[in-house]
Amino acid sequence: MVQLLWLIPALPFAGFVILAPAGARMSRRLIAVTGVGTVGASAVLTAWITAGFLHGLPDRLAYSQIVWSWLAVGGLKVGFSFYLDALTLTMMLVVNGVGFFIHLYAAEYMAEDEGFSRFFAYMNLFVCAMLILVMADNLLLLYLGWEGVGLCSYLLIGFWYDDPANGYAARKAFVVTRVGDTAMAVGLFMLFDQLGTLQIQDLMVRAQGLWTVGAFLPTVAALLLLGGAVGKSAQLPLQTWLPDAMAGPTPVSALIHAATMVTAGVYLIARTHVIFTLAPAALTVVAIVGAATLVLAGFSALTQKDIKRVLAYSTISQIGYMFLALGVGAWAAAVFHFMIHAFFKALLFLGAGAVIHAMSEEHDMFKMGGLWRKMPVTFWTFLIASASLAALPLVTSGFYSKDLIIWQAYASVHGGIGLWAAALAGAFLTSLYTFRMVFLTFAGPLKTPVARRPGWAMNVAMIVLAALSLFAGFLEIPNTLGGVHLFSGFIQNALPATVMAVSREAYESLFEWISGGTALLGVAIIYALILRMPEFTAKLTGSPTGKILHRYWFSGWEFDALYDRTLVRPYVFLARLDREDIIDSFFDLVSWLGGLAHRVLSTTQNGRMRTYAAGLAIGAAVVVGMVVLL
Amino acid sequence: MNVLFYISAGVAVICTIMVITNLNAVHALLYLIVSLLSLALIFFLLGAPFAAALEIIVYAGAIMVLFVFVVMMLNPESQTIQSRKQLLRSGMWFGPAVPAAILLGELIYVLTVGSVTFPANAGVGPHALSRTLFGPYALGVELASILLMAGLVGAYHLARPEARGTPEGDDR
Amino acid sequence: MITIPTAHALLLAGFLFLLGLVGVIVRRNIIFILLGLEIMLNASGLAFIVAGFHWGQPDGQIMFLFILAMAAAEVSVGLALVLQLYHRIHTLDADQADRMRG
Repeated sequence: MVQLLWLIPALPFAGFVILAPAGARMSRRLIAVTGVGTVGASAVLTAWITAGFLHGLPDRLAYSQIVWSWLAVGGLKVGFSFYLDALTLTMMLVVNGVGFFIHLYAAEYMAEDEGFSRFFAYMNLFVCAMLILVMADNLLLLYLGWEGVGLCSYLLIGFWYDDPANGYAARKAFVVTRVGDTAMAVGLFMLFDQLGTLQIQDLMVRAQGLWTVGAFLPTVAALLLLGGAVGKSAQLPLQTWLPDAMAGPTPVSALIHAATMVTAGVYLIARTHVIFTLAPAALTVVAIVGAATLVLAGFSALTQKDIKRVLAYSTISQIGYMFLALGVGAWAAAVFHFMIHAFFKALLFLGAGAVIHAMSEEHDMFKMGGLWRKMPVTFWTFLIASASLAALPLVTSGFYSKDLIIWQAYASVHGGIGLWAAALAGAFLTSLYTFRMVFLTFAGPLKTPVARRPGWAMNVAMIVLAALSLFAGFLEIPNTLGGVHLFSGFIQNALPATVMAVSREAYESLFEWISGGTALLGVAIIYALILRMPEFTAKLTGSPTGKILHRYWFSGWEFDALYDRTLVRPYVFLARLDREDIIDSFFDLVSWLGGLAHRVLSTTQNGRMRTYAAGLAIGAAVVVGMVVLL
Repeated sequence: MNVLFYISAGVAVICTIMVITNLNAVHALLYLIVSLLSLALIFFLLGAPFAAALEIIVYAGAIMVLFVFVVMMLNPESQTIQSRKQLLRSGMWFGPAVPAAILLGELIYVLTVGSVTFPANAGVGPHALSRTLFGPYALGVELASILLMAGLVGAYHLARPEARGTPEGDDR
Repeated sequence: MITIPTAHALLLAGFLFLLGLVGVIVRRNIIFILLGLEIMLNASGLAFIVAGFHWGQPDGQIMFLFILAMAAAEVSVGLALVLQLYHRIHTLDADQADRMRG
């Protein structure tokens, strides 16, 4: 069973290899079958390996397979090797499963695009890179996957490259994540230098042996890795690229910028959790970054017009929840929320895509409305996903996952009332912006006529994800409501259990009531504001304070302007100063000197025999003189 | 007897200087012939009569004559007429005549005074020379003859009128 | 008894050689350059004869003989080349033959 591990990333890679050169000559049907089929096959294989893995518990917690030796230089031995444990399996199931349904959706969504084969080639390459990332046995291979998904993200954001704005957005994404990637690379250098290995399990054992809790070195290493995670997962301060990344096609946004790539940071921190537990200061930073991001992004999501930008900010906010969970040591909760989030966020994007197609590529929510009658499947699945996002109590998966985080933000030994309050505020904002989106898009009068409705592929994908958004939550039910711990039990084969502060445990049901109530309150308020009292809402946003707040929140708290003024402009200024390339002219000097020497020496080649004879005579005199005198 | 050597040496040096500082090619050639004659005398005084004879016969007699022919062929016409007139004036004869006269004096002295003796083992006669030449140096002799043959063929080919008339691409 | 000091004779040979070299370098006329060459060859022949006299062996004269043969061949070929060159550049100025410049 383990022998087939390598096939899981290899199948999508084969899809890429087939589609990249030959795709232009294949028929649409064949391209779709290849592109979707490889991911589907990989998903089936993952499911089968999961069964085998579950069967092997609790005797065997992890498997590894070395495919080949990549580098063996000096003290660095890195193999192209895969590691399978509970955490990896969870990630693989999500990537392959959700990925398969998104590919299926995309086969219909992108059917009229002339870059059809190119799209599936890139998407397959992405799935391969993401799988390598999550299955990597060592940090260098993980970094390979990391860079690979970054590349595919760039390629797919700028997929419609005719419009320069898309290219700009793609470059922005690449450059901003590059900042994080550099921090991560430095972190890898440091880890290798201090611990002598990059193999993850080895690394963690040595770190525990060598470093004490709270020492300087693990803190620095953890913070550097956090830098990389922050970049890839679009958290503060590197979150500016994700809203602009919505320039790519909607299936891309669904797969890469909601379900999988942006969660790579969460995976990285979970994978190297030992280093982070050795550095409580770093963990606190993780939690604070998560909390701050989720609140800031929530405010921004509240003011957006473009339906995909709402979802982008929502993604930033929800990943903030995952970071918050990691920061308080709630490892299982973070991974659980990752999985549930992947389901409903992907579904939200797929639904948004269906709506955008129906509205003839219109993204502005204020131009939409009244779609609930015209597009019933889309509406009901979208509603289920939104409910899950808003964590409406008891019936949605999001309730179980998000409220687990909110509870553990308070109850964990590393948590506290402040983090809990931030999480709760975020939940309130989530309800607000989510249902604002739902009501604006689907309720009210019909503003733009429906051009087309989704076909069977899109519907199937959306329905399956909707089912998961409803029922997957039941894997983990808190004790006060019944007590099912299937998921955390599974994850604890790879990650440690969350340590709770005993004194706070008693308040669990109270806190659950508060968070459930907050979600419902949010829905009620936004219902009132949008559907019942639109004039009052207009007055509120039109007021002077309202205008200022709106400007800040709409632009993502003006981070883009800040970076432009502090980073971009000085750099461009310096680049313009160096227009003549001062450093290079030093090397030009070398070549100029060579030319000068050439010109000087070539004057001795005047073609005159007498000069040459004179040269001979002088040379002979010198040599004889040397022999005689020395 | 040694003084003969020094007189001849002086003649050789002065004539050589006259050769290299002369403007007229034919004059220079004549001075060079006188210089070669004095060198021949020096060879004789160094106990190499065969070398002396060869110097006169080959060098002064053949090589210099070849030079004279070529110079006559190449000198610009306008100069020749001028110089022909000057040649007949007696003043021009002074330069080469004096050293030649000195050499003539020496030769007469050598021929009349008597035998020139050398210390033992100095001075090598033609007999010993030819035995060495066709003994250990026989290969060198053959090579020299091949060289002369090559020189002959080369000179003939390079100086041919048709070869000189061949059109050639001028890429100046 | 003729006892010419070897050093003096070699000095003469060297001085003649130098004069020939000066003639080659200084004069522009090709004929004069060739004449300078002849002077140099002669001077080296003189040096060989002196050496033969010094050691009392015929090798010096033999060497002179070879030099003579070589000079004859060289002069004939050289003058033939001078004829060719004169046909091309129509002057005997060696400095005009600088097509190999640069």
